[in-house]
Amino acid sequence: MTLSLSVPTRRLALVLALAAGLGGCASRGDPRDPLEGFNRGVYSFNEGLDKVLLKPVAQSYDAIAPTPVRAAVGNFFENINDVLVCINDLLQGKLNDAGSDFGRVALNSTFGILGLFDVATAWGLEKHEEDFGQTFGRWGIGDGPYLVLPLFGPRTVRDAVGLAATTSLYPLSHVYPVDVRNSLTGTRFISDRADLLPVDKAIEEASLGDKYSYIREAYLQRRRNLIYDGRPPRLPEDDGDPAPVVR
Amino acid sequence: MKKLLSVVLTVLALAQPLLCRAEIATPEAMVKDVTNDVLEVVKKDKDIQNGNQKRTQQLIETKVLPHFNFSHMTSFAMGRDWRLANAEQQKILTEEFKNLLVRTYSNAFTNYKSQTVTVKPSRVQPADTDATVRTLISQASGQPVSIDYSLEKTPTGWKVYDVIVAGSSLVTVYRQKFHEQVQSGGVDGLVKYLQEGTAASVAKK
Repeated sequence: MTLSLSVPTRRLALVLALAAGLGGCASRGDPRDPLEGFNRGVYSFNEGLDKVLLKPVAQSYDAIAPTPVRAAVGNFFENINDVLVCINDLLQGKLNDAGSDFGRVALNSTFGILGLFDVATAWGLEKHEEDFGQTFGRWGIGDGPYLVLPLFGPRTVRDAVGLAATTSLYPLSHVYPVDVRNSLTGTRFISDRADLLPVDKAIEEASLGDKYSYIREAYLQRRRNLIYDGRPPRLPEDDGDPAPVVR
Repeated sequence: MKKLLSVVLTVLALAQPLLCRAEIATPEAMVKDVTNDVLEVVKKDKDIQNGNQKRTQQLIETKVLPHFNFSHMTSFAMGRDWRLANAEQQKILTEEFKNLLVRTYSNAFTNYKSQTVTVKPSRVQPADTDATVRTLISQASGQPVSIDYSLEKTPTGWKVYDVIVAGSSLVTVYRQKFHEQVQSGGVDGLVKYLQEGTAASVAKK
């Protein structure tokens, strides 16, 4: 594998380096989020961008594109992503899943017409959710500090490194010419955002005015759940020792 | 045929208290029934689809809430801070937390038009008193979302005490936040925090 990092990867590396540099100056709040000040800044930036650009575009897309079209667009990107899922199955030693996910890509790319239709699920090959962040977690690498990335949103340092790996290996990152690649990437963002539109209001309601920390908690729980493939060790009922709050 | 079946089911449901209480539905069957019941209503009810909060809350209150154990949910959300609250405070906290979850839930409901739910088989032994039932919500477009329920066996049937959506618990997601509130304002501080949340939500409407 050649080590020429793509532009987004380099940009990500820069953000990571910046974030790591800021690590020293945090002193209060959640110990899992020592970069809270920095993160909240990026979070506000993301929220602003979402409000003026991403969400309105996603809403129009949602209103204009008929459901089958939206499904096909989503399936197309998920099929490409399944290639990476398969690689991560292998890296985690899940050979059965790897076989099944390879089968998914093969079936969906052919019978599913370049991935537009998810025929594999209908034929009993269930989709798995794996990525490099989970693989690193599986290998015993801890979360590292919570990190909010511009545009990409919540991650941990470990998952951000995973994202860099994903981005550099993601087949669409190697599409030329660049404007074709960019419009594909843009479409993917909008398609993903449109899928999330229905939960906006519920999160607003659930978060009791502090959406930042609600999303942080939900993200960290979700990642833990994914790393354990949906069966994380239980939280002790009573001495769920919430991390002490340092003030 | 379907109609006949639902009549039979209704009669059975009504007669249930009369039958000797030998049979408690398995958690899997319970989740399946409740989910299907609710989806059935949502699919027919234009008011709910158009975001009528009152109707949605009514539906949740009659169909869903009876199967939830809210005091357990609240204590689960608070972790060991729960023990700092006296009986009266625990009652208020439970009520407020219930309001919060119902608000959240009912906002998620308006989008249930075109969804199907698969309840995965769970291996619950007759002696078990705790169970997890996993479900998968498939949408017309977008990736399916997992919703898992943690249930406990009680004399009145299996009750849900945790709901895990896409890997994140609607209950323990609050533990850290609630702990911060208790640390800074005591249990009453947490009560006030939740009450303000309800008030803010009401004011928005």
